[in-house]
Amino acid sequence: MNQHTRIVVVGNGMVGHYFMQELVKRHPDLAAANLQVTVLGEEPRPAYDRVHLSSFFSGSTAEDLSLVEPGFYDRPGLELRLNARVSHIDRHQHVVTLTDNTTLPYDKLVLATGSVPFVPSVAGRDRENCFVYRTIEDLEAMTAAGKTSKSGVVVGGGLLGLECAKALRDMGLDTHVVEFAPRLMAVQVDEAGGRVLRSKIEELGVHVHTSRNTTAIVDGATARHRMVFFDETWLETDMIVFSAGIRPRDELARESGLAIGARGGIAIDDFSRSSDHDIYAIGECASWNDEMFGLVAPGYDMARTACAHLAGETASTFQGADMSTKLKLMGVDVASVGDAHGKTHGCRSYQYTDEVRNIYKKIVVSEDGKKLLGAVLIGNADEYGTLQQMTVNNMALPENPEFLILPASDGKEKPGLGVDALPDTAVLCSCNNVNKGEIGEAVAAGNCSIGAIKSCTKAGTACGGCVPLVTQVMKAHMVKLGMTVNNHLCEHFPYSRQELYHLVRVEQIRTFDELLHKHGKGLGCDICKPTAASVLASVWNDFILKKDLASLQDSNDYFLGNIQKDGSYSVVPRMPGGEVTPDGLIAIGQIAKKYKLYTKVTGGARVDMFGARVEQLPNIWEELIAAGFESGHAYGKSLRTVKSCVGSTWCRYGVDDSVGLAVQLENRYKGLRAPHKIKFGVSGCTRECAEAQGKDVGLIATESGWNLYVCGNGGMKPRHAELIASDLSKEDAIRMIDRFLMFYIRTADRLQRTSTWRDNLEGGLDYLKDVVINDSLGLGAELEAQMQHVVDNYQDEWKTAVNDPEVRKRFRSFVNSVAGDNNIVFVKERDQMRPATVEEKKQAKVIPILATTE
Amino acid sequence: MSQLQQAAVSDSTANQAAISTAASGTWHAVCALDDIWPNTGVCALVEGRQVAIFRLQDDLLYAIDNYDPHSDANVISRGIVGDLGGERVVASPIYKHHYQLSTGICVEDTDIRLQTYPVELRDGAVWVQV
Ligand SMILES: Cc1cc2nc3c(=O)[nH]c(=O)nc-3n(C[C@H](O)[C@H](O)[C@H](O)COP(=O)(O)OP(=O)(O)OC[C@H]3O[C@@H](n4cnc5c(N)ncnc54)[C@H](O)[C@@H]3O)c2cc1C
Ligand code: HEM
Ligand code: SF4
Ligand code: SF4
Ligand code: FES
Repeated sequence: MNQHTRIVVVGNGMVGHYFMQELVKRHPDLAAANLQVTVLGEEPRPAYDRVHLSSFFSGSTAEDLSLVEPGFYDRPGLELRLNARVSHIDRHQHVVTLTDNTTLPYDKLVLATGSVPFVPSVAGRDRENCFVYRTIEDLEAMTAAGKTSKSGVVVGGGLLGLECAKALRDMGLDTHVVEFAPRLMAVQVDEAGGRVLRSKIEELGVHVHTSRNTTAIVDGATARHRMVFFDETWLETDMIVFSAGIRPRDELARESGLAIGARGGIAIDDFSRSSDHDIYAIGECASWNDEMFGLVAPGYDMARTACAHLAGETASTFQGADMSTKLKLMGVDVASVGDAHGKTHGCRSYQYTDEVRNIYKKIVVSEDGKKLLGAVLIGNADEYGTLQQMTVNNMALPENPEFLILPASDGKEKPGLGVDALPDTAVLCSCNNVNKGEIGEAVAAGNCSIGAIKSCTKAGTACGGCVPLVTQVMKAHMVKLGMTVNNHLCEHFPYSRQELYHLVRVEQIRTFDELLHKHGKGLGCDICKPTAASVLASVWNDFILKKDLASLQDSNDYFLGNIQKDGSYSVVPRMPGGEVTPDGLIAIGQIAKKYKLYTKVTGGARVDMFGARVEQLPNIWEELIAAGFESGHAYGKSLRTVKSCVGSTWCRYGVDDSVGLAVQLENRYKGLRAPHKIKFGVSGCTRECAEAQGKDVGLIATESGWNLYVCGNGGMKPRHAELIASDLSKEDAIRMIDRFLMFYIRTADRLQRTSTWRDNLEGGLDYLKDVVINDSLGLGAELEAQMQHVVDNYQDEWKTAVNDPEVRKRFRSFVNSVAGDNNIVFVKERDQMRPATVEEKKQAKVIPILATTE
Repeated sequence: MSQLQQAAVSDSTANQAAISTAASGTWHAVCALDDIWPNTGVCALVEGRQVAIFRLQDDLLYAIDNYDPHSDANVISRGIVGDLGGERVVASPIYKHHYQLSTGICVEDTDIRLQTYPVELRDGAVWVQV
């Protein structure tokens, strides 16, 4: 017997790597534990996150996807060999052979060889531009082919196939999905769910063909390939991706005579052992009870079991897996839980279908109606966490289970699952096997933010689907332990933004020092200073670069321009409603030319100029002011723009003057500082060309007045604005907007847009309507008066700045020199300047700009 | 008023800054104290180097590299100053990493450390040693 135990791991995929992490967790010093481990991986790079492979198309690099911390495989007792494929196992000699004929002895062997995509045996499947979807190399090849293709077909309408279809669509290809079964995602969803899913996917511009069996791929007439189906119909396309399921990589096991599962895969027992007790198999290559698991969580579970067993522990066993899944396919939520198809004897189901929004929800309950067996959610999967936990933990159903999936009417509480009802053993994060009890312990040990919980328990760090539930459990535990679920702004102020706002107003506080002295401690920081600056501005509207306010301002407000990645600034003059005179445009053009600025018309319907150095800003603005422009506050958490359509003045459909109102609104609210930026839109009729329903405040003209919408948002999480009043006169509309904005400014958190504020508002839309329209709190007049105060105290910040020599002096790169920052360098692209990249700066093939000489 | 204002050299706390503080060099007068508004910073160009100089409460001065390695831009002097857990810091205005003013150490990434410089107030003028 060797003095070392030699462990060989075949496969450095997600599960193989997780196995190594578990082993190192048990034996931080492998060599000292007399272990000598060799990991053999066939791919050219160490383990990466296959689950998020598709993000490669949206810009993630192989490095971003890597799962391996730098240095992980450099420890004593551990060796990782890449491009190393095992071709043979000699079980008698305990030796594996690699394709380059080197051999390696083992005491224990761990097979983590994963699976390969299944490609149906269709004639022509080996043609050029036919791909599978599994490795980074596959994706690189697809990206290259996508550049010369107009159309693409995905064969297979399962989970992966749809993910792949999204990638093709995002590459701008005319995308088709061809599925053999009569519906999409046949494994996870039932027929009615499949229908809703299909119309959702088609809405997104992907063509779906079900019940189609491909028989041959030949040369096409209008594209590279023609796919011929069994019924002789055909489809032409430039590229094809096969995503028709996976097959376990069990070839090594087969040829060395290990037992194989009924449907393939290396047969394993509850300890993840194969029929040879010195060989373990984990992940997608393994078959337990004749079942294989194409998900990462069960693979991790097997890896933990194998690791425990190697260490001589027999308490932990692999017991199958909950195959509930939730994902977002092309922005469509799809989830299935437990017995989604209702196969359990005697079970009954409740269904909810909304054909307008394409939402389908079903729950399957036991015969006696006491337990939840499964669920399908399409189009909206908010209840996934609740339903999954109820199923897995066998919890009692509430009285009227249908309410679990019926939409809640606004603001009213839904019969959710109180997290307190969950047992401590409930697994909240299935990717990393973290249960409720562990979250509780982490909280007790002082981890009181989701970030801290993530780094100490790993919960929520893989697919991320469990984060809402984990957060809920964390907060419940904090309350239980008597901690306050803390909404304190930062370590300097034990108050929320809302409370600080109140203090500033009631106590008439006008400076940060006074606020800190009365209510805070320490010196302040980059969280509380800008928040205080914003609150002070909302209440008093003083010039933000006054000596005692300047030091509080965030990066952009600090020099009244958005700081860009290279430290230069943008210059954005206001163009109310997007209206500008020819002379104005000419002036902007001349100024941009003189200072060599890059110009762009933005989605905010005005012209941005980029690339100004800080010492140029006052000169540029002086010239803009002379030409009649004002600050556009593109840098502030404040009103940005009021977007308008052309309206009744010109448009043949228009029923009211949208531009006129937009100009009036922009001039009224310009300079108003708020918890976050605010955008408006005004459309002249219901055709809605200004997209007002995607804005914080939107107005749409009707035959009898203006309809007012609030709390919409574009961006990361789009939200439609909601109608709060109809057919208003212009004057009434403005009064309601005054109230709405001031109420938001008073009560929102720091950096909370109106949309999230509204989503968190207790009482929901009804409450908001009550306060703003019906004046239920009796605040109406006060809110209006406060807004009037801000409006009356408006000043063009840039005008004040350029006319104050003290302020103006701050705008320079160096306190002791008139030089400019020589790290700000530009190169030419499409006839304009853009910042040089770090590489370009090194190469110096650049046009350095000179210091201004004024 | 004490003439020696440089906290990093004058106080001998556990995290002695001497390691990253240039041990020797020439003193340069860069500006008047009044050129730096309280609780803000300016950037000085000294022997080709960009040095961010901050004026905190009680006219305490700090000097530190102006270059932010996390954003590859010369912007530290435009950051907000304050304290985290009692340690005086500046937050880079681009991606908001915090740097300790006395040691130059990045709070979020302790492997990164900006150079700090001795700085003094002499008769209303700010001097740095580079
Ligand atoms: C696009 C995509 C999206 C996915 N999305 C999800 C999801 O949302 N949720 C989820 O749970 N799962 C998802 N999966 C599945 C998940 O990625 C797999 O379950 C997981 O990767 C399985 O890990 P594994 O280690 O068993 O196999 P793999 O990660 O495939 O690793 C096996 C490794 O072994 C190597 N190997 C094989 N044979 C040999 C040999 N003879 N010698 C040396 N090396 C060898 C292979 O090259 C490979 O690197 C997705 C998969 C894909 C492709
Ligand atoms: C967290 C979210 C966001 C961040 C961090 C962000 C950041 C920025 C920045 C830095 C600029 C200014 C560029 C400059 O002038 O230097 C900008 C401009 C702009 N952004 Fe965003 N943005 C966000 C969300 C949004 C959303 C949700 C929308 C639209 C729905 C949007 C639309 C615009 C438009 C139209 C402009 C040009 C504005 C103008 O002309 O003043 N942004 N954004
Ligand atoms: S919203 Fe109506 S009025 Fe405005 S441009 Fe469109 S069609 Fe014309
Ligand atoms: S979307 Fe907004 S934040 Fe993102 S790069 Fe464009 S301007 Fe910058
Ligand atoms: S369930 Fe995937 S990260 Fe928690």
